[in-house]
Amino acid sequence: MLKTILRRVLQIIPTLLIVVTFTFILTRMIPGNPAATILGPQASAEDIAKMEIKLGLDKPIWEQYFDYIFAVLQGDFGTSYMYNQPVTDLIASRIPNTLQITLVGLLIALVIGVCIGIYSALHQYSAGDYIFMVLALVGVSMPIFWMGLMLVKFFSVDMGLLPVSGRGDANDIIDVMRHMVLPCFCLSTIPMATFARITRSSMLESIHSDSIKALRARGIKERSVVWKHALKNALPPIVTVLGLQIAGCFTGAILTESIFAWPGMGTMIVNAITNRDYMLIQGVVLFFAIVFMIVNLIVDIVYLIINPRVNYEGGGK
Amino acid sequence: MTQQTDAKLTSVNAVKDANDVSTETAAILGATGAADRLGSEYDEELLRKERKANSAWSKLRRNKTAMVGLVIVVIMVSLAVFAPFLTTYDYKAIDPIASYLPPRIPVIEDLGIFDGTEIKKGPEGTSTVVNPYVQKNRTDEYHIFGTDKIGRDLFSRMLYGARISLIVAFGGTIVAGAIGVILGLIAGYFGGAVDSVIMRIMDGMLSFPFILLAIILMTVLGSGLFNVILAIGIGNVPNFARVVRGEVYIVKSQEYCNAARIIGVSNIRMLFTHILPNAISPLIVYATLGIAGAIISEAALSFLGLGITEPTPSWGQILYSGKDVMNGHPYIATISGLFILITVLGFNLLGDGIRDVLDPKMKK
Repeated sequence: MLKTILRRVLQIIPTLLIVVTFTFILTRMIPGNPAATILGPQASAEDIAKMEIKLGLDKPIWEQYFDYIFAVLQGDFGTSYMYNQPVTDLIASRIPNTLQITLVGLLIALVIGVCIGIYSALHQYSAGDYIFMVLALVGVSMPIFWMGLMLVKFFSVDMGLLPVSGRGDANDIIDVMRHMVLPCFCLSTIPMATFARITRSSMLESIHSDSIKALRARGIKERSVVWKHALKNALPPIVTVLGLQIAGCFTGAILTESIFAWPGMGTMIVNAITNRDYMLIQGVVLFFAIVFMIVNLIVDIVYLIINPRVNYEGGGK
Repeated sequence: MTQQTDAKLTSVNAVKDANDVSTETAAILGATGAADRLGSEYDEELLRKERKANSAWSKLRRNKTAMVGLVIVVIMVSLAVFAPFLTTYDYKAIDPIASYLPPRIPVIEDLGIFDGTEIKKGPEGTSTVVNPYVQKNRTDEYHIFGTDKIGRDLFSRMLYGARISLIVAFGGTIVAGAIGVILGLIAGYFGGAVDSVIMRIMDGMLSFPFILLAIILMTVLGSGLFNVILAIGIGNVPNFARVVRGEVYIVKSQEYCNAARIIGVSNIRMLFTHILPNAISPLIVYATLGIAGAIISEAALSFLGLGITEPTPSWGQILYSGKDVMNGHPYIATISGLFILITVLGFNLLGDGIRDVLDPKMKK
């Protein structure tokens, strides 16, 4: 198993190289000259040329590419033109804010979603099951940016219950939590609905299996059958979905943050794109991609541990 | 990750094949058995009935959720197709005086709702009911969804916007499907280094959060209808490539494929007539769910100001234009968002239903 895990870890190296190359090519293809953008519309051609030299934009494209790869390998993601700060510092300063809403949102989604899924599986075809599954389907179809707008309109503007946007006063925990309610709810919608659906179908399969019937026949307590045995068997698909949803949450964060003006990675990348801050775009995209790959890697390993039937080597033992 | 998906696909498919074969043979055996007893005429009819009942379409018709989805999809597509016959106002006609008229629907207005009045909040929490149709001297006009900032009829814009949103959704899915299928076929069929290179690139693409990839592609390509289709299409290629590759891996070593190879069938023919048809059912499911995703993606890109831009209407673009006037004129964002939600729901219902029909393992 250790060999399999190691093999899987090594697999991310070529993928990483491809991601770095992609990021480089794509950001270089963004129209507009960053040197001219930094200096503003009044800059003379001379100043622009000087700036290009300073940024290394005068070098041949392949040289820029190799410079970039070597820098990335050393953990140097470059300097943001817009903020005049190292990209890694900017990411480090923003990532806690993004994690704050994504992790809380995901946790809420996981707990509630799995519970709904279990309830629905145990009460298949009941009114509750029906209502939950219709809601879950609406949930996965929800454009969350629209839902965000509606929530703000209803809870913040009309009812005046919750703040409209921003992050709140960092020293006042209640204030921060009040600011987090709507973004977290917004972010958790799609994962919650997805967890509910996958848990339901996976649990149904599990509780109708012979092993669970055998446990019931032996008179084991229902609570233990459901929570200890059936849920354990139903876990692998839930873990797969969890991995996908962590990734999905970052995507959701970009939209959610822009609605609630939440100062995280999402608002930063949207700003970076409008201001053609090449280095910052490259850095954030690369960072997201690396996080993605690591999450996938962890999911695959967890999957391997809870479900030893999967064999990543394809054939063999 | 790739192998894991393959492993899952293999198991799903094995069950699917087993089930298909057993129900079919059972039907045929049952029918022929009856034939011996009751004579051939009755029997042929029975066989025909069995076959008809087992066809994908009639199974789908018995699936209630799929039918609800299909109805929604058909309605939305009809609204888009027949937009010129259903609208009375020109979707491009600007009328600055008639800006932000609230929804007003004939007949229903007598009930006191959608009668063109709106509540205007004054200072210190006071609110008064006003009727912009009267104020702006447009009492003989009915804008059932109201009008936008420059007085364009929102109902017309929603219907013409449906055209753009659906073109983007179908177009993006077709682009993704076409490229994905070809890459998946090549990777799965030739295997080895070709497979590794293609699938590693797909993994790389999947490592970008989709919206980020689409945002960057849009920044590179610039906004506009064709570029939105391209960005959404490219972003969805890896999903299709993976599904097709998985299917190819399963079928390419089966006996009928070996037999075809022995009689000298060319690679192209092999891929398109013997291997690809096996991947059709998961592809249909993916495409249907993919259209739902593409509608959301278009809306999300337009919402960030990167997708469809003025004056072309699309649901996302209308939502974008409504988001800043959420407080004074909430109907713009509400209506466009509802259209997006309902349509996406329709495609998801339909996709789920098709999966239930084509994949007996999922049927409970």
